[in-house]
Amino acid sequence: MSTQNYYVPDQSRFPIFMAFSLFVLVMGASSTINNLDNPDSNSVYILYAGFLSLFTTLFFWFRQVIKEHLAGLDSNQLKTSYVYGMAWFIFSEVMFFAAFFGALFYVRTFAVPWLGGVGEKGIGVAAIDLWDGFEATWPLITTPDNGAAYDLADKSMAWPGWGHALEWLPLWNTIVLLSSSVTVHFAHVALKNGNRKRFNRFLGVTVTLALIFVGLQAAEYYEAYAHYGLTLNSGIYGSTFFMLTGFHGFHVMMGGFMLAIMLARSVFAGHFEDHDHFGFEAASWYWHFVDVVWVMLFLFVYIL
Amino acid sequence: MSAVIENHHDDHHHGPAKGLQRWLYTTNHKDIGTLYLWFSFAMFLIGGAMAMVIRAELFQPGMQIVEPEFYNQMITLHGLIMIFGGVMPAFVGLANWLVPMMIGAPDMALPRMNNLSFWILPFAFFILLSSLFMEGGAPNFGWTFYAPLSTTYAPPSVTFFIFSVHIMGASSIMGSINVVVTIMNMRAPGVGLMKMPLFVWSWLITAYLLIAVMPVLAGAVTMMLMDIHFGTSFFNAAGGGDPVLFQHIFWFFGHPEVYIMILPAFGIVSHIIETFSRKQLFGYSSMVWAMLSIAILSFVVWAHHMFTVGMPLAAELFFMWATMLIAVPTGVKVFNWIATMFRGSITFETPMLFACAFVVLFTIGGFSGLMLAIVPADFQYHDTYFVVAHFHYVLVPGAIFSIMAAVYYWIPKWCGNMYDERLGKLHFWLSFIGVNVTFFPQHFIGLAGMPRRYPDYALQFADWNMVSTVGAFLFGVSQLLFLFIVVKTVMGGKKATDQVWEGARGLEWTVASPAPYHTFTTPPKVD
Repeated sequence: MSTQNYYVPDQSRFPIFMAFSLFVLVMGASSTINNLDNPDSNSVYILYAGFLSLFTTLFFWFRQVIKEHLAGLDSNQLKTSYVYGMAWFIFSEVMFFAAFFGALFYVRTFAVPWLGGVGEKGIGVAAIDLWDGFEATWPLITTPDNGAAYDLADKSMAWPGWGHALEWLPLWNTIVLLSSSVTVHFAHVALKNGNRKRFNRFLGVTVTLALIFVGLQAAEYYEAYAHYGLTLNSGIYGSTFFMLTGFHGFHVMMGGFMLAIMLARSVFAGHFEDHDHFGFEAASWYWHFVDVVWVMLFLFVYIL
Repeated sequence: MSAVIENHHDDHHHGPAKGLQRWLYTTNHKDIGTLYLWFSFAMFLIGGAMAMVIRAELFQPGMQIVEPEFYNQMITLHGLIMIFGGVMPAFVGLANWLVPMMIGAPDMALPRMNNLSFWILPFAFFILLSSLFMEGGAPNFGWTFYAPLSTTYAPPSVTFFIFSVHIMGASSIMGSINVVVTIMNMRAPGVGLMKMPLFVWSWLITAYLLIAVMPVLAGAVTMMLMDIHFGTSFFNAAGGGDPVLFQHIFWFFGHPEVYIMILPAFGIVSHIIETFSRKQLFGYSSMVWAMLSIAILSFVVWAHHMFTVGMPLAAELFFMWATMLIAVPTGVKVFNWIATMFRGSITFETPMLFACAFVVLFTIGGFSGLMLAIVPADFQYHDTYFVVAHFHYVLVPGAIFSIMAAVYYWIPKWCGNMYDERLGKLHFWLSFIGVNVTFFPQHFIGLAGMPRRYPDYALQFADWNMVSTVGAFLFGVSQLLFLFIVVKTVMGGKKATDQVWEGARGLEWTVASPAPYHTFTTPPKVD
């Protein structure tokens, strides 16, 4: 253990600025969303202001933390706090995805079969002649109301069979993301061995793979909307598909952004030492987490 | 090993900053604890005022004071404010004040994030309360915001509600991460896990529950948002979703949330009973294991809130038995508290009065919970005032009494002054009588079939409703006395000694009263 005292920072403006930014951000988001049908609404500028102030605060806050670290104020005990803090943050993210996976499992195992007439609850639906003729399938292409309130998709994103495997984007996405987890690990090893050049190179490759992933995902969404008729409005299959992959994609962007910052810090500022690089390590954990979520997605959203 | 330059920067022995800046920019766990506690008190009074509106309307059958629409907004906001603005921040405030002192840490592990966790809350509740003035009124779908009431039939302000829940959740998650990290990483040498004060244990478990379930709540409101505005069909069967799915997700969050609001109370009551019985707590390790079991079981009982929704029989049976299982560790705790008191030299200062009332009245709430857990019986009780009586018994004389007990118990340590014992006892007895007069009759009208969440009722429920309203106003007014006592104590009073209570043990009683602005900048030695 270090003999140093635990670093308790002095008064700081960042927290209240950040809280205020979040306030502006969510006020802007709420009024923008409530005014989606109103072309005269200016609410979106509140939203932009919120984002701008949030990112500005975050930038200066992180800069402050990095400065304090470089000044040697952090004890080993504080570093342990960061380690635990990041680990628990990732756990909370896991639980966020768990809610959406739970919804997926619930509709696949219970709700959709029941609507299709399976089991005790199914008999109830049939008895009142609700949505007669609805057949439970997964992926659910034909909604129970047969498209009355929801759009009917032509095609799902499911596994197309071996014959079309190579033109199936999710497979490529899987390869890209799994490789990026490997490259970020190589970068970590290189850093631990004190090889900065190799570190930068592998981290650069990782960030590039992240970009490729996001690009492929965007292409997939385009294909879904433009060619498959699969939208957020296509019933529960579209809902779960877009929400799960969408939130995952959003996390990929955040993780990729974190890694890009780490790359910039290493390249332009020479940050990180072989034994002192928690900023990078935290970002790489986040990256591995995003990767694991994708594997789950690939299995339960695309394949099974 | 470390490349960090070992320069000992100035220790923070200076006092607090002056003026408003102290509170806006603070990184001090005591300041932040104070902020949380005052905030929760303000919310408690606002939410309480809403309860008064509800009870005033229910004083007599028929509609007299408010419109049904407004009544619905009141019950919704009352629940949300009391849970997310009253009880939870009060416990977080207590954790902030006490956990670092109890484990011999200089502060919370992540002090700036600590301040962020607090300051999100006033903004979040500003948004929630401002929805009262929005077109269509405030959220009116009950604090459980079941779909489709909260989606298809919701007022436009639901969007603001959703985002305010989002940032409240962010605040809770950050606050909890801070607590967990503090407890895991900042204990003074010698404070082993099984030597931690029970309040610290209770908060470690609570924080774990919060980190696990607040993101699930965020997921639930996100699905609502998408269903309302972006065409998804999570909670709409026409698209293949299911409104019942909402209830499952909500209660997967909601049931652990219930224990989030009671576990810290267990910790507090254990300390107080130990102190005023002048004995060592009976069964420390069984207390820890009981809390852990309750926490783990809390993840597999959620559907007992929805027995009447139409679940397969196997699920009903599973959730019934799992729920009843929780009575076992809870029973262990009640047994231990009583065993601690057994043959102790007990004195009944105000904190002890509240703690004793807690043990009795919380147990009553626990028993009515057992009744509700029985599936066939629940078909009768579901959504009646019996349920209202049950959860108010565990939350008001449960959670809130424990918070008041904690305030009386630790306030001499916080501000260096003793509270007025005579007024404290008066506050206790008024609250005790008020709470029982309010909620006990609700068991009767509930069993007689009065449904909850209606502004009007059939004539046969009139008498007990009148009694309940009288009790509610007695309880409500007594809380102004509590405010007066707290303010009076902060302003002055008999000076407290360092140990404050004759039987008090623990690190927080070894420092001066009031506790210095920075305690334990170097870890204390603990045997």
